[in-house]
Amino acid sequence: MTTLYLPRDAAALALGADRVAAAIMREAAARGLSVTLVRTGTRGAVWLEPLLEVATANGRVGYGPMRVADVPGVLDAIAADGAHALCIGPVTAHPWFANQTRLTFARCGVIDPVSVADYEANGGVAGLKRALAMGGAAIVEEVKTSGLRGRGGAGFPTGIKWNTVRGAPGGQKYIVCNADEGDSGTFADRMLMEGDPLCLIEGMAIAGIAVGATKGYVYIRSEYPHAVATMRAAIVAARRAGLLGDDVLGSGIAYDMDVRVGAGAYICGEETSLLDSLEGKRGMVRAKPPLPALAGLFGKPTVVNNVLSLASVPWILTHGGKAYAEYGQGRSLGTLPVQLAGNVKRGGLIELPFGLSLRSLVDEWGHGTATGRPFRAVQVGGPLGGYFPDRLMDTALDYEAMAAAGGLLGHGGVVVFDDSVDLLAQARFAFEFCAAESCGKCTPCRIGAVRGMEVVDKIAAGRDLSKNFTLLDDLCETMTDGSLCAMGGLTPVPVLTALRNFPEDFERAGRKLAAD
Amino acid sequence: MQTTPAMDAANLPGWDPARANAIIDGLKQTEGAALPILHALQAEFGYVPHPAEAMMADALNLSRAEIRGIISFYHDFRRAPGGRHVLKLCVAEACQSMGGPGAAERLLHRLGIGWGETTEDGSLTVEKVYCLGLCACAPAALLDETPIGRVDDDALTLLAADAAGDRA
Ligand SMILES: Cc1cc2nc3c(=O)[nH]c(=O)nc-3n(C[C@H](O)[C@H](O)[C@H](O)COP(=O)(O)O)c2cc1C
Ligand code: SF4
Repeated sequence: MTTLYLPRDAAALALGADRVAAAIMREAAARGLSVTLVRTGTRGAVWLEPLLEVATANGRVGYGPMRVADVPGVLDAIAADGAHALCIGPVTAHPWFANQTRLTFARCGVIDPVSVADYEANGGVAGLKRALAMGGAAIVEEVKTSGLRGRGGAGFPTGIKWNTVRGAPGGQKYIVCNADEGDSGTFADRMLMEGDPLCLIEGMAIAGIAVGATKGYVYIRSEYPHAVATMRAAIVAARRAGLLGDDVLGSGIAYDMDVRVGAGAYICGEETSLLDSLEGKRGMVRAKPPLPALAGLFGKPTVVNNVLSLASVPWILTHGGKAYAEYGQGRSLGTLPVQLAGNVKRGGLIELPFGLSLRSLVDEWGHGTATGRPFRAVQVGGPLGGYFPDRLMDTALDYEAMAAAGGLLGHGGVVVFDDSVDLLAQARFAFEFCAAESCGKCTPCRIGAVRGMEVVDKIAAGRDLSKNFTLLDDLCETMTDGSLCAMGGLTPVPVLTALRNFPEDFERAGRKLAAD
Repeated sequence: MQTTPAMDAANLPGWDPARANAIIDGLKQTEGAALPILHALQAEFGYVPHPAEAMMADALNLSRAEIRGIISFYHDFRRAPGGRHVLKLCVAEACQSMGGPGAAERLLHRLGIGWGETTEDGSLTVEKVYCLGLCACAPAALLDETPIGRVDDDALTLLAADAAGDRA
């Protein structure tokens, strides 16, 4: 009897995991082998997916990336001494995994995502039990001590947010998990929801106990059908196990939750737009104040947190806030699940203490570009994040260092570009994206984005350069200062970092005109 | 304008008021019911048939204009039927870095359609999306609910041919 593990994470499926699974079962049946195939989440080494793992006396041994054609040979190897060209050895000893600090993603890719028994056997539920024993005020203190800051982009201290909701008067309160994950280059929320959804459920239940909220929602973008399905199945399993419901683990405290699906609108990742969308309205951004913490969903005190913020909480409650704060640097404490994406050989999710440099990320973890062409730029932090050239690659991945370099950390996504990238085109896209996804509430964003495209087009054509560069600066200033939310307010970040760090791409047309 | 049932049926493939009513009735008590109802209607009919707007307005105590406003705000909701299959192609930054938008444009050109349009045989609607969360295996696509990574011209041509061959 052999136990095999193969991910069913959407990225693994996108690379053929279901076809490999079918081939394994076919081939095993033909050979009369007794095989159990457990479908897990992914450990995040997307470059190794589909990554097949075999339970052995020395732990789990990996084979990847698997193709259907590799199945017979790999099964032969497993039956013999294990040697095969695709064998990466014991998975946790492989440098890609061994060099990570897996706190939030410790179980992701390891367990059956919707098995509460598996979850508990691998350290799950301990945080919830401790939370129930210590009570709301002490939970909030523990989260404050951890230094945990929101992983959704703004980096607001989670403990302080919870304290506000806890202190807010009012009967019904809500926990809302922001799983809209719209930033290109990010997939950590999706990975966690598909690979360890019970961890998010546990984190939300702890938040509920901390602030006195009895109801929660996970708002998942519709582009994530697999995450939606896994999350829903995990909620059913959690209810059955007594982790959710009228009497959480026999404590007498009620907390339950549901999944809600977005409908294709980037702006619904902004927390107040998300709340309007959850209420069944157009996702228009609300003016603040009032803070959602005081008047959030249906006007009630509401915690809105990113998936990763909430999924970090079970570890913090299990091991203590102080233990978490020992990782990281400065005011960026704990671990950051970095998502390395785009034109890179070894893309995937890497969880490390804050502070890794962009250069080690791309060179040592990523092994350079996927196309093999020279590296030219990274964009950090999604569509509202900055573009960085080689000379800024020693910048560290933490909140303060990224801001000092003119960008932002956002949700921790890093997209790599080779030398075929045109940064003027990227700047134009930033405006185009803003124009397409603006909620339309304020003029600097709604009109500014469209004007921005026009100005960039004129620069691309080499027309009235000095006038149009001035116009671009003015426009960016207006958007930065006059927008109601960070959609309009941060669109200038990719535009201006592209312009300042890669001026040659903006001057090309002008030089060509002058030469003609 | 008055429409006869026959005209409605011609313009509204699959429309079944009783079915729509049951969907709306079953969900109208949920908190913030509009999106769950719209998703359920689109799952049932493949689009949001316009007579359902008035039914929703009644059930949720909103105006018909408000319901329309909600439908038009979100990219997902279709007001006319799409193809038998829907192919979403990512054109956001991570996919840009691997040539996604170019491959997408070439597919549209080969199919003779634009973004959001359906092939003449009704087999395939191609939609633009910003990010599928498959950024470490870009360029990415989603055919109905099947994710596909590292797509190129050949892969896209095959997908479209498979969709066209599938008459189900
Ligand atoms: C345009 C825009 C899009 C956003 N998208 C997301 C998102 O997809 N996921 C997310 O968690 N936060 C997103 N945010 C940040 C949220 O507004 C909010 O700060 C966050 O959900 C709070 O949770 P945290 O403190 O745990 O980060 C976005 C903000 C803006 C302005
Ligand atoms: S900045 Fe843009 S997205 Fe934000 S409120 Fe204004 S119009 Fe809406």
